[in-house]
Amino acid sequence: MFAYLLRRFALAGLMLFGLICLTFVIANVAPSDPAVLAAGPDAGKAQIEQARREYGLDKPLPVQFLRYVGDLARGDFGRSIATGRPVGSDLARYFPATLELCIVAMTIGLVVGISLGMLSALFKDQWLDHLTRIFAVSGIALPPFWFGLLLQLGFAVWLGWLPTSGRIGVSTDPGDPITGMLLVDALLRGDGALFWQGLSYIVLPALVLSLPCLASILRVNRSEMVEALRADYITSARAHGVSRWRLVTVHALKNAMIPTLAIIGLRWGWMMSSTVLVETVFDWPGIGLYAVSSAIAGDFKPVMGVTLIVGLNFMLVNLVVDLLYGVLDPRLRDA
Amino acid sequence: MTLVEIRDYRLAFDTFDGTLHVLDGIDLALEAGQTLGIVGETGCGKSVLARSLLRLNESPPARVVSGAILFEGQDVLALPERAMRRLRGRRIAMVFQDPASYLNPLLSIGTQMEDAIRGQESAAGEAKRPRRAIRDHAAGLLASVGLAEPHRLLDSHPHQLSGGMRQRVLIAMALAGNPSVLVADEPTTALDVTVQAQVLALIAGLVKERGLALMLISHDLGVVAASCARVAVMYAGTVVEEAPTAALLANPRHPYAQGLIAAVPDIDNPAHKPRGIPGSIPNLLKPPTGCRFHPRCALATDICRSTKPALRELAPAHRVACHHATPEHPGP
Repeated sequence: MFAYLLRRFALAGLMLFGLICLTFVIANVAPSDPAVLAAGPDAGKAQIEQARREYGLDKPLPVQFLRYVGDLARGDFGRSIATGRPVGSDLARYFPATLELCIVAMTIGLVVGISLGMLSALFKDQWLDHLTRIFAVSGIALPPFWFGLLLQLGFAVWLGWLPTSGRIGVSTDPGDPITGMLLVDALLRGDGALFWQGLSYIVLPALVLSLPCLASILRVNRSEMVEALRADYITSARAHGVSRWRLVTVHALKNAMIPTLAIIGLRWGWMMSSTVLVETVFDWPGIGLYAVSSAIAGDFKPVMGVTLIVGLNFMLVNLVVDLLYGVLDPRLRDA
Repeated sequence: MTLVEIRDYRLAFDTFDGTLHVLDGIDLALEAGQTLGIVGETGCGKSVLARSLLRLNESPPARVVSGAILFEGQDVLALPERAMRRLRGRRIAMVFQDPASYLNPLLSIGTQMEDAIRGQESAAGEAKRPRRAIRDHAAGLLASVGLAEPHRLLDSHPHQLSGGMRQRVLIAMALAGNPSVLVADEPTTALDVTVQAQVLALIAGLVKERGLALMLISHDLGVVAASCARVAVMYAGTVVEEAPTAALLANPRHPYAQGLIAAVPDIDNPAHKPRGIPGSIPNLLKPPTGCRFHPRCALATDICRSTKPALRELAPAHRVACHHATPEHPGP
């Protein structure tokens, strides 16, 4: 188990290096000239050249790369050229919002996806199964921006039950961030009103973000449950008198969860990157919105920072998934 | 006392290709404390028959066409699921073929045994026992099938055990509810020859000690001969002959049973060449009319092609389903 962990960590390190190379290359093949942006709209040739020297953009690419890696090692993500603010502190402000959104969306996806998957397997080829199949297919097929607009129209404009967009009401003071995640902070402070308000703002974007993830968890879990329920060990457990509840929720589900876990890990990574669309529609102040506005301005440091954070997050989650396999499957623990 | 009585039991499987007529009018009885072997080729329906006793055949595709399976006089085919659960493990228990796939790979032996014991107790409406008592019960069962360090074994997982140990664990689980009938479906097929002998001896010992009625399913005549007083021969979903084991081995009456016995190599007489039965098992989507064995039978006549032979008692306790078997001329 220890050797397995070590191997996983070493692999993660290599992947991180690859990721850093990739973000650097992508930023440098982008067609915009950051020096022009930095120097401002009315700058002359000399000012542009000065800006170029100031940001070290006149150095050869390998030197720039080494400086980039060196800065990252010190936790320095560089400065946004457009605002002049350090990207690191921007990320610290925007990332918790995205993380919070993703956690809520993933919770919805897990709870609803796994339970509906289980039920569909139990009622295979009956009306419930057909219903969840239609639901899952549309969940994967619906474009999130369109579905988001639809929900805004329905719940915010027509019914008026929930706010249209944003993270918190403009007149509400969320207080100084503790974790940066509004709901967690509200709970830590014991502020129930703030918590409920935060919840009302997060419901719609989280729902939109969770839908494709929920749908694929549902489908994978369903087919794995169908498989598991047909397995020999289920027949013998039935013959030995194990109750139906234990049979489904423990004996079969545990086996079905191993492939489902792989999808959950992938979907988490996918979710982090697809927040871009959802955050834009719901005006959610997370890294997706930050990345989009920076990219439109041609400001490449924030885009690199966001890419790195999203990639790092993906790697971490897959590491956790690998460890969870070991928790679920005793054969891996002994291997 | 008759514990299990199977009456004209017909079972079909509805598949995409059509209806498989898997069991065609089975008539068998199992007395208390009796040992009955069921032999036949792969696909003759013996495992499906064994599972029918506990109603374990998944339905659909399985569909009962007709007949009854009486356990202590009540028809298990008509019981509601709740009542059926009171039988499983408590009255009729089952041991399966491949202990590697019939134990859950992700759950510890202890969890699997606890769940079985708890399930049986809650189905019977008994009071919940503390976990410690149930684990002690489980450890006692493991010890009774000859497994050392039972308490430590409860914490291990199936992959950490050998094939023989796994089969002992499954047998211990089957004994958890103190059943009166043990159905063993090819319990030794997946095991090494030496371990086979140990497991058979274990089952024989338990049967004797606890007065269990045993239904042993096997494709191996040797295994059945060693552990069963009576034997039924199945062919393509029908019982073709049923007799005391010694009588059947010495004097098989049905042409198929004769063919089976002629196909066994004789270790003491190397000159004796085992003979096979020509042809192959029929397609159960369209089983042969009349006697299902007639396309492979040297003695087949028109009546075999048109009429299904009933099981007739040719000698005391010796029943044969063949138009051409007569009491005077034992077998053709």
